[in-house]
Amino acid sequence: MSEAVMLEAEAGAEAGAEAGVDAPLLRVANLTKMYGRITGCLDVSFDMRSGEVLGIVGESGSGKTTLLNCISGKLAPTSGSIAFDARRHGLTDIYALSEPDRRRMQREDWGFVHQNPRDGLRMRVSGGANVAEPLMNLGQRHYGAMRQATSDWLARVELDLKRVDDKPRNFSGGMQQRIQIARNLIHNPRLVFMDEPTGGLDVSVQARLLDLLRELVRDLGLAAIIVTHDMAVARLMADRLMVMKDGRVVETGLADQVLDDPQHPYTQLLVSSVLQI
Amino acid sequence: MTTPAIRVENLSKLFTLHNQGATVIPVFEALELAVYPGECVVLAGDSGVGKSTLMRTIYGNYLPSGGGVHVLHDGAPVDITRAAAHTVLDIRRRTLGYVSQFLRVIPRISTIDLVIEPLLENGVPADEARARAVALLNALRLPQAHWDLPPSTFSGGEQQRVNIARSFIREYPVLLLDEPTASLDAANRAIVVDLIKAALAKGAAMVGIFHDLDVRDAVATRLFNVTEFKAVA
Repeated sequence: MSEAVMLEAEAGAEAGAEAGVDAPLLRVANLTKMYGRITGCLDVSFDMRSGEVLGIVGESGSGKTTLLNCISGKLAPTSGSIAFDARRHGLTDIYALSEPDRRRMQREDWGFVHQNPRDGLRMRVSGGANVAEPLMNLGQRHYGAMRQATSDWLARVELDLKRVDDKPRNFSGGMQQRIQIARNLIHNPRLVFMDEPTGGLDVSVQARLLDLLRELVRDLGLAAIIVTHDMAVARLMADRLMVMKDGRVVETGLADQVLDDPQHPYTQLLVSSVLQI
Repeated sequence: MTTPAIRVENLSKLFTLHNQGATVIPVFEALELAVYPGECVVLAGDSGVGKSTLMRTIYGNYLPSGGGVHVLHDGAPVDITRAAAHTVLDIRRRTLGYVSQFLRVIPRISTIDLVIEPLLENGVPADEARARAVALLNALRLPQAHWDLPPSTFSGGEQQRVNIARSFIREYPVLLLDEPTASLDAANRAIVVDLIKAALAKGAAMVGIFHDLDVRDAVATRLFNVTEFKAVA
């Protein structure tokens, strides 16, 4: 992280909202992850702004999950940088932060919605406690306020408040996913990562959950990165798409443009392979 | 002379089908078109000549092979074919509406929620948005019993009216109309013609494709023949 960039970020913050509009929330530069000789992702660069929803599409093994894990601080890249405009630090290379600082930033500024709710929830504590926990981790100690925020969020994701004390395993897959979403949004993050958020759900549950996610993203002005292999989900959720193949980004652009007028041979193949009903 | 709401400049488009032996399909080239506020330019030419392709390129949905499309947004022309994704989306949210023949929406969302969505995106309070949607759906004679239902089971004409309601609820300064009356009966066509004329009178700029000659003659301020710019294979 160069001092010049830090100073620029500070100057931007001082100049107020006007100058901040075009400042990136996230800047990924020349990101590469190798697993020995095997390529995870190769030379990926992009910027994101707040309020923007980026979809990453590609088939299994294309490197989308590797990329998501690198960006979200779970997997150190082999080379390249990921700068994020953290509330506490300004635009900073996340891997240049100390481990505790990076973890705190992840808790404060980010959310991560896993495909399998079991990976994102604590299965031994109640649904309500799962939703409240991020607030507790951030130092909130007022029980009444936490209880209130929790029930607000449970209502927002359309869960029955009478079931606040039930353990996650007693909820259906779709409801578990709603708990996971509430848990990841309650602390008002600036950026949310989603890995196939509707991947394991029945189509009937999927549609309603996608609508909920879209509504939340719009109302909260969230930035989100959504990894999906489902082109329909990409069309509904994403403003912008990145298409990955063999670890590289082969095409990027406005979501409907990439889907309706794909330029790269691989994207054309991907789009033309979608089954119609 | 005022600035055109849309200026298409030296636009060319060809499709390359990489998975079909890299077949190249040329559509149009060196296409020039300016559309001013209060104008409804109707695209003419045979089926397959590229009318819808031109429309989609103006919307930023198709990527041109060359040239640009400048849309008047917040008082200044912006080349939608080169603008960043967030700028294109902002242009579509506030300036440029598009009515297609088909309704493509999230399943299981009620008609009224679909219709108010463009207003909510522009920060209109939910109550006011609902009131405007009710007025418009009544004007379009969509039965009230339908409003709380998702439109997936509606007839073609009913779906098309939901689509029209979604676009006309916002008074977009620039509107693209791709066969908005294709599956409507005569009475409903007349209602849509009135909506279009009212928007024109308020200074909207429009580009349309209408195969129905009565509708075309009722709304067109001039015709634009896409065939003249046909690219040679």
